Amino acid sequence: MAQKLKETILNPVLKGNPITVLVLGICSALAVTVQLKGALVMALSVIAVTGLSSLVCSLLRNTIPNRVRIIVQLVVVAMMVILVDQILKAGEGTYAIDKQLSVYIGLIITNCIVMGRIEAFALGNKPIPSLLDGLANGVGYGLILVIVAFFRELLGSGTLFGFQVLPAAYVPNNLVILPPFALILIGCIIWVHRALDKDLQEN
Amino acid sequence: MEYISLFVKSIFVDNMIFAYFLGMCSYLAVSKNVKTANGLGLAVIFVLLCTLPLNWIINTFVLQPGALKWLGPQFESVDLSFLSFIVFIAVIAAFVQLVEMIVEKFLPSLYSSLGIYLPLIAVNCAILGGSLFMQQRDFTGLGESAVYALGSGIGWYLAIVALAAIREKMSYCNVPKPLKGIGITFITVGLMGMAFMIFMGIQL
Repeated sequence: MAQKLKETILNPVLKGNPITVLVLGICSALAVTVQLKGALVMALSVIAVTGLSSLVCSLLRNTIPNRVRIIVQLVVVAMMVILVDQILKAGEGTYAIDKQLSVYIGLIITNCIVMGRIEAFALGNKPIPSLLDGLANGVGYGLILVIVAFFRELLGSGTLFGFQVLPAAYVPNNLVILPPFALILIGCIIWVHRALDKDLQEN
Repeated sequence: MEYISLFVKSIFVDNMIFAYFLGMCSYLAVSKNVKTANGLGLAVIFVLLCTLPLNWIINTFVLQPGALKWLGPQFESVDLSFLSFIVFIAVIAAFVQLVEMIVEKFLPSLYSSLGIYLPLIAVNCAILGGSLFMQQRDFTGLGESAVYALGSGIGWYLAIVALAAIREKMSYCNVPKPLKGIGITFITVGLMGMAFMIFMGIQL
């Protein structure tokens, strides 16, 4: 039992990472990673939403009719996203970040990771493992987000969390801030990940 | 004239894929060959063109702060905008379900070529993203939101067909093993995005 729980938690972070292996939830991964702060807030929001909506859907799993399950899931996820959005809007420090993340907080609803985990795991498992699975997938997603944001902020503005890290003589590389670089960076992360783990390579 | 500039802008400058990364999941998953990419692209244009004006009507007459004024003066201070996520996604999901049923009943040949993509579209971020941008940018009329929907749909369609064509050719290339499949696709999309960057400075 304990072994299985451990696997539930570790698998989404490494072997079955939602971004680099399953290629889910890419949209927001690319758009919010210009700065580390925004990426961190986004990662925490997604962790909260995946965890809570997996939990709720798992509790409801025996009462949802199969035919309308997609709409029920969407409503549950949308409710969680509204909660997160309202909390971010209410906080004094987080209001500016919420503005900066603009529509991408709302787009957590259509983030495939959330729906994918509910469909694949929460509807067939007990509430506690589902909660853990949701949280772990959120963490796997957040990890990639933070790695990408780290490189983009460091190379693009010479700062981390807004503090100057590189010497002032460093000329910021503007290409890194532009959207296409995020794609190339994720491509490189996939490259490294698959070079280290040969099982994941495609034929 | 305004409509034309909004139309061109939403296709090239504000391209859903290359400027905002919306609808990336299905973009990467369903771009292995041109034929299926074509089907999904057309379905996206159609659903965007129908749901975005619908959501504009709902936003203007129900959700906006003060939008319920037409019910009577006592509703003037009602602000339902916090409900917009749930209403928009419900409209999109319901519309997609409805279209699927109608197409299945009356146009079976279209259903067999398009049918499998329709359910995918309900969770395509490009559709919800279009509605959220519409709300954020305060479009003034139904015409404006319809033009925006058509333009961003066509932009998405162009992007997916272009990527599918490149991937078809790329399957003959000798790509390093760890990069094969999704890795090289990411880098290709990045390079395509850079090419699209040239439109960024254009003022329309």
